[in-house]
Amino acid sequence: MEKDLSLGEFIITRLIKASGYSAIVFVTLIFYFLLREGLPTLGEVELGNLFSTRWYPIESYYGILPLISGSLIVTIGAAMVAIPFGVGTAIFIAEIAPRWAREILKPLVELLGGLPSVVLGFLGILVLAPNLRILLDLPTGLTALAGSLLLGAISIPTVVSVAEDALDSVPRSYRDAALALGATRWQTIWRVTLPAARSGVLTAIMLGVGRAIGETMTVMMVTGNAPVLATSLASLFSPVRTMTATIAAEMGEVASGSVHYHTLFFIGMVLFIISLIVNVTASSVVFRQKKRAERVLS
Amino acid sequence: MNRNLVQRLGFGLLSTVAFLTVLPILLILGYIITQGAPAISWEFITAMPYGGMRSGGIWPAIVGTFYLTVGTAIFSVPLGVAAAIYLSEYAADNTLTRIIRLAIINLSGIPSVVYGLFGLGLFVFFLKFGTSILSASLTLSIMTLPVIISTSEEALRAVPQAFRTVSISVGATRWQTIRRIVLPEALPGIITGIILGLNRAAGETAPILFTGAAFFLPRLPGSPFDATMALPYHLFVISTQIPEMPFQIQYGTALVLITFVLTMNMLANFIRSRARARRQW
Repeated sequence: MEKDLSLGEFIITRLIKASGYSAIVFVTLIFYFLLREGLPTLGEVELGNLFSTRWYPIESYYGILPLISGSLIVTIGAAMVAIPFGVGTAIFIAEIAPRWAREILKPLVELLGGLPSVVLGFLGILVLAPNLRILLDLPTGLTALAGSLLLGAISIPTVVSVAEDALDSVPRSYRDAALALGATRWQTIWRVTLPAARSGVLTAIMLGVGRAIGETMTVMMVTGNAPVLATSLASLFSPVRTMTATIAAEMGEVASGSVHYHTLFFIGMVLFIISLIVNVTASSVVFRQKKRAERVLS
Repeated sequence: MNRNLVQRLGFGLLSTVAFLTVLPILLILGYIITQGAPAISWEFITAMPYGGMRSGGIWPAIVGTFYLTVGTAIFSVPLGVAAAIYLSEYAADNTLTRIIRLAIINLSGIPSVVYGLFGLGLFVFFLKFGTSILSASLTLSIMTLPVIISTSEEALRAVPQAFRTVSISVGATRWQTIRRIVLPEALPGIITGIILGLNRAAGETAPILFTGAAFFLPRLPGSPFDATMALPYHLFVISTQIPEMPFQIQYGTALVLITFVLTMNMLANFIRSRARARRQW
């Protein structure tokens, strides 16, 4: 009996430990498969072709620059929406709103985070794009702008929740000290709380933007899917195509192992590396912030 | 300028921003509900689609989403909860643990379409599971894992250290302590995390696009090795791939999808807040 128990415990403990390492295994596996299927591109497509401005795989033009610029412009647009609205809402919820307003706002923002992206894309096609077309007098409403607005909305919940956490973790005593010195609540927020939470708010923005770069269904549905190089912000008003949308739209139709297939994996590899950089940077900022806070408060 | 006036302007501006942020959310919900409600009928929910999917119901998509969610749960719940137990109860504060945490953060940040590529490479081609419920569920499980791990770990860490100390001091082993004391106390929080994670999986389209989703199936899938229709993918198909699709069916499908997702969200919140209210420590 005693022996059974300890044998059982031994096995369970081993299983739990193995599961603990699973996240490392999966990240490695994902990277390995992206490299395995994506790296052959470098041997099959000339670099001059790969980094050209023409994406037309049927005639062997594999220029990924239009796709990168498409992702970039949609993401910049999304950031212009998500930063003011996300950070503003976070400050309002954390510092200003009375309790009842907070109880309404927080679940609503969470609810936006829970909406499947395909639903937002669907409304984008039927409601947002036609209205944008009429409002701005464009040939089509399916533009980078429509994608930016929806991606901004998708990023807002991430920005709000991380930024609000950052504001909440500013010690109460900072605010009390400022108020005791005669600062108004607004001055306290602007000159004390927000600067103290700066790195957390930056992390929030970074994670929000990271989310926007990786979003797939919404952008595929509303940005018009034209792989044209976006050269200025004016491209916001024309159709573009992002890296994510290209993978999603074309992967279903390519033969496994073809050049086109490898190139799509190559694009996936680029996306993976971008998200890796964003997340490692964001988490190291949080880590450093925590250490500094410990030092200050001890 | 008077600093009180500045404060009033500032507060006014921020409350407007917050209001403008949540207003579209209410409008979206209201619009889908009013546009979609007329489509909802017993037939719409339980019938197969026909006539190029322009008539009939969405039953196979509902069943498919159910299968995928259950499949995702089978893989991600045991693995995710075990990983959370490891991080909260066993892991030392060392470099390896930091690497695990970094890996979890990275998993949560990988774009969903990249998960789709990975699933295609590993499950569909390398392990030869084909375009199937199995491949799609496995892909979704890995995507769901970080959500389940981080929320479960938080729930486990919220159980006071004293509970563990007392249990060990009366002679219980570490695993007995975890199973009989820590896990039951943390259960509501863990269930909340599981629901939130599975909910995200149920609403995803990109990861199943090339791993298990079917455009149209004349019958329900019969085994884990069959492809399946799914609600989010179905909404994508009928709003972009089929010309002259009746609006009512599109809004009806969107309504069914968000009803499912929002009900699960509310359930998760309900479990969490009830557990908080009942907590005696």
